Amino acid sequence: MTAGRIHVELRSGAYADSVTLLQVSRDVAGVDGVLAAQVAMATPLNIDVLRGMGFDVPASSPNDMVVAVRAADDAALGRGLAAVEQSLAAVRRPGGATTGGQQPHRTSASALRAVPDGLVLVSTPGPSAIVEAVDALDAGCDVMLFSDNVPVEQEVALKRLAAARGLLVMGPDCGTAVVGGLGLGFANVVRPGPVGIVAASGTGCQQLLALLDHAGVGVTSALGVGGRDLSAEVGGLATREALRRLDLDDDVELIVLISKPPAPEVAADIEAYVASLGTPVELAFLGPGRPDLTAAAEAVLRRLGHDVPTWPVRVPGAAHLGGPGTLLQGLFVGGTNCTEARIVAESLLGTDGGHGFTDFGDDQYTSGRAHPMIDPTIRLEHLARVAADPTTAVVLLDVVLGHGAEPDPAALLAPAIAQVPQPVVVSLVGTADDPQDRDRQAAQLAAAGAEVHLSNAGAARRAVALLGGTP
Amino acid sequence: MDTPTSVVAVGADLLASAVESQAVPVTRVDWRPPMPGTEDDLVEVALDPLRADANARALAAVLDVQATLVDVAPASEVLGLEPGQFLHAGPPIEWGRASGPLRGALLGGAALEGLVADPDDAVALFESGSSVSLEPCHHRGTVGPMAGVVTPSMWMWVLEDQRTGRRAFCSLNEGLGKVLRYGAYSPDVLQRLRWMGGVLGPLLRAAVRASDPVDVTGILTQMLQMGDEAHNRNRAGTLMLLRDLSPALVSAGDPADVADVLRFVGGNDHFFLNLAMPACKLALDAARGIDGSTMVVAMARNGTDFGIQVAGTGGEWFTGPAQLADGLYLGDFGPDDANPDIGDSAITETAGIGGFAMATAPAIVRFVGGSVPDALATTQRMHEITLGENPRWQVPVLEFQGTPTGIDVTMVCRTGILPQINTGMAGRVAGVGQVGAGLVTPPAEIFPAALSRLADLARARG
Repeated sequence: MTAGRIHVELRSGAYADSVTLLQVSRDVAGVDGVLAAQVAMATPLNIDVLRGMGFDVPASSPNDMVVAVRAADDAALGRGLAAVEQSLAAVRRPGGATTGGQQPHRTSASALRAVPDGLVLVSTPGPSAIVEAVDALDAGCDVMLFSDNVPVEQEVALKRLAAARGLLVMGPDCGTAVVGGLGLGFANVVRPGPVGIVAASGTGCQQLLALLDHAGVGVTSALGVGGRDLSAEVGGLATREALRRLDLDDDVELIVLISKPPAPEVAADIEAYVASLGTPVELAFLGPGRPDLTAAAEAVLRRLGHDVPTWPVRVPGAAHLGGPGTLLQGLFVGGTNCTEARIVAESLLGTDGGHGFTDFGDDQYTSGRAHPMIDPTIRLEHLARVAADPTTAVVLLDVVLGHGAEPDPAALLAPAIAQVPQPVVVSLVGTADDPQDRDRQAAQLAAAGAEVHLSNAGAARRAVALLGGTP
Repeated sequence: MDTPTSVVAVGADLLASAVESQAVPVTRVDWRPPMPGTEDDLVEVALDPLRADANARALAAVLDVQATLVDVAPASEVLGLEPGQFLHAGPPIEWGRASGPLRGALLGGAALEGLVADPDDAVALFESGSSVSLEPCHHRGTVGPMAGVVTPSMWMWVLEDQRTGRRAFCSLNEGLGKVLRYGAYSPDVLQRLRWMGGVLGPLLRAAVRASDPVDVTGILTQMLQMGDEAHNRNRAGTLMLLRDLSPALVSAGDPADVADVLRFVGGNDHFFLNLAMPACKLALDAARGIDGSTMVVAMARNGTDFGIQVAGTGGEWFTGPAQLADGLYLGDFGPDDANPDIGDSAITETAGIGGFAMATAPAIVRFVGGSVPDALATTQRMHEITLGENPRWQVPVLEFQGTPTGIDVTMVCRTGILPQINTGMAGRVAGVGQVGAGLVTPPAEIFPAALSRLADLARARG
């Protein structure tokens, strides 16, 4: 691990977002003679990753930028460090250090003076996200809070402030929204249509968008509210505002509310509110013993008088025969995909089978790192690990497409899948118009040996079936 | 729902680009982590239900004030200052920690008041402290440039907000070079001060009392469009003051004295500074004591400490070490000769002029060691840390944008941008006087300290 020349440097006061630094790290890692490179903010998670790569990181704070490069020799190290500077300079936007020209806005409050009616999209690290979101509310603007790691009491305070002003807080940890046709975060490309969605889950929303799109039903708006909105603490503050907005929209014929079941003390309140609206609402509360998202999509289609299609499956191009293992290993980038797959599997296999379901979008894997829909590194490492584990019988993965997601997830995932000896099932959540070209992604994943489903629940059932030895 | 017409994106650029690819314009925020250790306090204060309204009221209160010059009178009369009482610039300080220029000014002040015959004899007086006392100007509704020493016999400008009757005070400006406020106390310095008390003050009083009240806020509006930023350049303001007072001044006393007064005022381009400062003080004092407001109401230095006071934290000073200015030196002086930052004159920046209005004063950018693009950028940058703009005080070269007004402690902590102050530099050693002028900022740590107190108060309110 320690061969070659190693350079580890802390830059205090330097900052770039995790997606940008991912790109920088990739640029540097691609330099001839560079064996490993990571440029990242020094969060505890990133320091773990750096240590895992064999770098010693000196005492630091999460506000320091770490530049870590291991190279074959001095010359390669020099090239690598030059590439760090070049890549950082390339991503630095113009206007950062102007003299006399327009100064860059440093806070949302400042930007909103120039753009007073903007919707605010916040994806800074958690503690600062609340502060930026309050700027939006102070300026009378709705806000989408992509950021996670926000404590629930802060979420409550923020949403109370918004409710008092008739404003919408989408989030925190809101990965997906479609507002009047504009996709925000990891939104899929959908046609306008009669459905409006209120979703406590980003990937749950995306699954519904993908299934409805396949069935030929469009969506006008899909408003995220954050996974805890219907908890007792938050009390559905954002859900009510989102429902109110969609009810006011004449183009919305049917509202779908996707969430875990509300806390008992919230349920009656929300149901009463739903009953007071002029627009019908389909409640899709997910959980053990309840319909999954595919069933919810089918219910929506029937309610609108549409035919329910057969959800597409692409069969693998190469057989993975597997070995003596007995366990299902699910590695997910979408939290709701993970939960849904686990519930499906447990309904068939029971809860004590020792099967694995990991959500790499969970807070513990994203502090100071890009979401796994953008940065697949950590899941790919785990994929190699479960593939090498003799107890693994079947691997279940999700791939989520849309704006903001990895531009070509199959490029790295398909070769990795090809190395997995066990059968692999993939739920590919996306629409035909997504920028990644869903059908090409499906073809590449299938060619590598994965069975590819549009329905996440369908993929989970198939994975369970494969455990039983069904080819 | 309507498609958003524009999006403000803060955070990952990828998400901003995804919006742009859908043909919706994006305004990007150049976000960076806040000052270390401030994250939790920033959240607490952001979510304080009092904050937004308190800041709106604080800013409106400042902008509502109209400062008029209503009188000129000795400090003993208008401040009730008694023999042995000395006011000084900046936050509270005792003799033992006082810097050279403050000590020099106190020694000269003691001699001026006749407490000692030779200024140097006053050292023992201040060391014992038994018959003298030091108090910040700010605690008496007063501001003082540089050392800011005020003694009972000094004559003061009296400014009033006629709507409320509130008043603010400042001494008369002595000119540049070897002067008391820069710590000089030689016989010529004291002789000039005696003339100011015996001739200048009484004549100005007669003129002011015989004239309509002079609209100091209005003069500030005009001078900002005439190349003054009202801290290091007060040339146009001084001439407008003369314009307003001269008709009454010429018949106020002995013609020779009147001529001396006109010559003295006309020869001192900084004369108006001592009216700009109390006008700013009067405006900012209107925002004091507004619970929940994060607006800075005073920035002041005593030559040792730099202190700020905040609308929502009462009379508490948040202090740190005063910094050395970066700028140009007079004659043979150099950095080793300069004392750290001193004076209440940063009240001008607190009110949105001085360094904050640098864009409107390109004539002096070289005097403080800058360039014209720097000046434009400085004013624009200060908008990032202020609550609003002053619609009366406009900067023509920036399309008549109002000056950046109301420094917000939270914005300073969020952006790391420190208030930019234009300042004169006093000699480090008592008695030297002015050695240069330049640009300076407060010590960064006083803003997180103020934020922490604001957060404590918000938590205590629940």
